[in-house]
Amino acid sequence: MAQLTYREAIARGIAQEMQRDQSVVMIGEDIGAAGGVFKGTVGLFDEFGPLRVRDTPISEQAILGAAMGAAMTGLRPIAEIMFADFFAVCWDIVANEIAKSRYMTNGQVSFPLVIRSGNGGGLRFGAQHSQSVENWAMMVPGLKVVVPSNAVDVIGLMAASVRDNDPVIFLEEKALYASKMDVPDGEIVDELGKASVLRQGADATMVALGNMVPRSMAAAEKLAEEGIDCTVVDLRSLVPLDVTTVLREVGSTGHLFTVEENPRLLGWGAELASIVAEEAFYDLDGPIVRITTPHIPLPAADALEDMAIPSVGRIVESVSKAMNA
Amino acid sequence: MVTSATAPAVFDLEARLDLYRVQLTLRKFEARAYDLFLENLVKGTSHLSLGQEAIAAGVAAAMRPDDWTFATYRGHAHTLARGVPMTPVMAELLGRTNGLMAGKGGSMHLTSVEHGVMGSYAIIGAHLPIACGAAWSAQYRGTDQVAVCFFGDGSVNIGAFHEALNFAAIWKLPVVFICENNLWMEYTRTSEVTAVANPAADRASAYGLESIIVDGNDAEAVYAVASAAIERARAGEGPSMIEATTYRHGGHSRADPGKYRPDSEVAEWLAKDPIPRYRAFLLEVGATEEQLVAIEEDVTAAVERAVDEAKAGDVPGEEYLMKDLWADGGSSWRN
Repeated sequence: MAQLTYREAIARGIAQEMQRDQSVVMIGEDIGAAGGVFKGTVGLFDEFGPLRVRDTPISEQAILGAAMGAAMTGLRPIAEIMFADFFAVCWDIVANEIAKSRYMTNGQVSFPLVIRSGNGGGLRFGAQHSQSVENWAMMVPGLKVVVPSNAVDVIGLMAASVRDNDPVIFLEEKALYASKMDVPDGEIVDELGKASVLRQGADATMVALGNMVPRSMAAAEKLAEEGIDCTVVDLRSLVPLDVTTVLREVGSTGHLFTVEENPRLLGWGAELASIVAEEAFYDLDGPIVRITTPHIPLPAADALEDMAIPSVGRIVESVSKAMNA
Repeated sequence: MVTSATAPAVFDLEARLDLYRVQLTLRKFEARAYDLFLENLVKGTSHLSLGQEAIAAGVAAAMRPDDWTFATYRGHAHTLARGVPMTPVMAELLGRTNGLMAGKGGSMHLTSVEHGVMGSYAIIGAHLPIACGAAWSAQYRGTDQVAVCFFGDGSVNIGAFHEALNFAAIWKLPVVFICENNLWMEYTRTSEVTAVANPAADRASAYGLESIIVDGNDAEAVYAVASAAIERARAGEGPSMIEATTYRHGGHSRADPGKYRPDSEVAEWLAKDPIPRYRAFLLEVGATEEQLVAIEEDVTAAVERAVDEAKAGDVPGEEYLMKDLWADGGSSWRN
């Protein structure tokens, strides 16, 4: 058992897979000797060398195109797009090429690749380096979307993503890079499409993702002091989506709150709300409430950014208001 | 400019007759595909290689079976030239279950992995980086496979082209880029919107590559430059880019009669049609009229057979709709 940060867990998760499988290779900007701009790949260049941990020019289309071509010819690449906002400059490769080609070819090719990216706000980087883009990825048929909320999940879900034979968008929450937890020694392998129930309560169910998970847990503690006992579900992956766990946990409390960092419109909670409304309508004892970042680009100033992204205070207030309505 | 006059005499008559057969197959297949559009049996759109067959045929002849091709939406010819049978290609155009992809890809996305045809890509320029990825894979795994990537002159002004060339050059990837310069993008003459005269060749030096232009209506000349580039790539000496000058006899796609092109220009290029030209050359180098007629009859019959077999294929049922999004064969996104 060792205490690891979320960022250290990334390198450990990748190393675990690279030690096991020679076909796992890494590609991205500054991931080699520099260890990544967020220091998520520290040590991998030294351990696996320049042929397996390859630095690239600032060419996001080339990075992801290369990952795709390599994946269809026998490798299992892990590509890095430094900031998730940068997906906008290479989205053709993601959404038109990688996501569609297996279906279009009637299954002739598969794309066992992982695209890691630093996602979300909290670091005061302004609108072009802070957006939570999980909803961009979720709405493209053919992509799996994984967002870990803690170090152990980073390792286990990284292993599951690398071993998966489909393309996985692996979003690392920038605001969580410094968060720490105890991590067991030895191999950790998880499963995609399994939500975790982190807290069981009788009154309301909060479903959260990534950086919103620890905030929802903190909010649940405060709400308990007010006498509102919350379940907290960490979705962990958007595709595959663990609808079963959500329906079960909503069914047991009768209330659903989604806690989302993505901008409001068509955030993942909208899909979840639609599913619950369709399939568990009669289990609900009140309206479904979505707690999201407003539909704006993220501002840079810390005061403004803190107002935009759902905070513990805002989560508590929203849940409390709805439960006492 | 490399021409047939400078091409090495690597072909014996038998190989030349094969090259004629391949070009003729591409020609007759495309002509027949066009008929089927007019009959409304082929839906959607399609982009024919009529007039450009010598490039696909010449390059394919220079490739090893385990090499890879990455083609564009104008990719029937490149797919067939690698040895993919006509029936599944025609059936794909018709949207039948005996199509290469059971009708799920269509004309613009022909793929046959077992023949090294790693896809036809319909977003301009996107496949240049993808071809780099296959080349990277070969380099990393220590095979000596080569990726060959075809694209049109219109692709040279999109970002992915430049990202891919730089990337291939710095990693010395075994990839050969082949620009089929047919002078026109869709309705616009490429030279009117391109800063250099030779759209691909004039950009080569920016990536440390040799500037190579070949007569794309001369299959043997194409074969010669492609062979050299492929062998260079195979030997670990890095990428090459070839600009092959040619002309499409028809419009850009099905709905385009190509009327924006001056009649005199079309006439000039029809006179340089690679297929009659190669036929005349074959007679000069010892082929007999009887041999050529036999090939022509053979090819015509083979195309008709493929059309009949394609038409006999089933229309895909619902069982095809929801399958093969994921590697497990399904398309489920939830439990």
